[in-house]
Amino acid sequence: MSFRFGVVVFPGSNCEQDVVYALDYLGYTADYVWHQDHSLAGCDAVILPGGFSYGDYLRCGAIARFSPIMEAVVRFAQDGGPIMGICNGFQVLTEAHLLPGALIRNKGLKFLCREVPLRVEQSVCQWLKPTTQTLRLPINHNEGNYRCDAATLKSLVDNCQVVLRYGAPDCAPGYVPERAPGYVPERASGYVPERASERVSERVAGGAPGSMPSSASDAAGLAGAAGTAEVAPNGALDNIAGICNREGNVFGLMPHPERVCDGISGNSDGIVFFETIAQRLCAV
Amino acid sequence: MRKYNLYITAKKGIFDPAGATAQSALDNLGFAGVNSVKIGKLIELETADEVNTDMVETMCKKLLANPIIEDFRIEEVQ
Repeated sequence: MSFRFGVVVFPGSNCEQDVVYALDYLGYTADYVWHQDHSLAGCDAVILPGGFSYGDYLRCGAIARFSPIMEAVVRFAQDGGPIMGICNGFQVLTEAHLLPGALIRNKGLKFLCREVPLRVEQSVCQWLKPTTQTLRLPINHNEGNYRCDAATLKSLVDNCQVVLRYGAPDCAPGYVPERAPGYVPERASGYVPERASERVSERVAGGAPGSMPSSASDAAGLAGAAGTAEVAPNGALDNIAGICNREGNVFGLMPHPERVCDGISGNSDGIVFFETIAQRLCAV
Repeated sequence: MRKYNLYITAKKGIFDPAGATAQSALDNLGFAGVNSVKIGKLIELETADEVNTDMVETMCKKLLANPIIEDFRIEEVQ
């Protein structure tokens, strides 16, 4: 059975080509859907890409949420259609109330652009099999600090809606619902991503001009600024990096899986999301 | 014509990183006794006469503020 991905383009989106490239690379069919359109006819799965829709004015995703296409996106979600919001797309999904909570400014006020280790949680998310592995994906955002009230967090945890958490690669995988917010996996503080440090040492060995800040001091600086040993580089509540709705068809995450699909940019961990949903669509 | 000032601030309990940073900067500059800095938004509306406070409140709830993370206060100015 053939299926098509729809990639919604808002004014200011800037990752839609990356998403289409990744899907194309993986052999899937993808089309752009303009924000002024009113229909998602022909789309079997929808992706809201990253970027700065409407210049991030007012709040990230606040204006995009009222684009004409979003009415179709909400209907698509209600009908059980799979939707993934990446980065700015995640922010749009929260503003549209398709996902609970909100994303505020990173705790350290820094725009964060780096590869992060992620822990895959046992969740109902249709875009990811509940494996017990970790993933390495790039983040690239200024407002990735996930926030919600205590009741919402409890409901997210109780209903297995937390899909991804920032973590260390060797932290114990698996879902621990009775864990208190603020729990920090072992070895979390002072953790230095392997590949990043390798790259830094390569640069140093190669005698590259200019001094790159080492990831070790960067990590230490973040921990110092935050004043806690939390793992989330952006201060996200309970280290949350991605959540889904109760049904599992609507999924939002801050990291960018589309950027690590072809193996050129370090790894291929991003493939799993697109393959999982493709297998699901094939099985229908 | 009517004019409204809308004050939008981080909800109680929601961390305001910009405010916290400004507070520590004030501290570094030697200004003692600043217990809290909160940074928010001021939105100035100019409307037709028939736009009343209730309508402005609806605007805030629907678009101008995000009630999950923000509080808002509406002030009509003369």
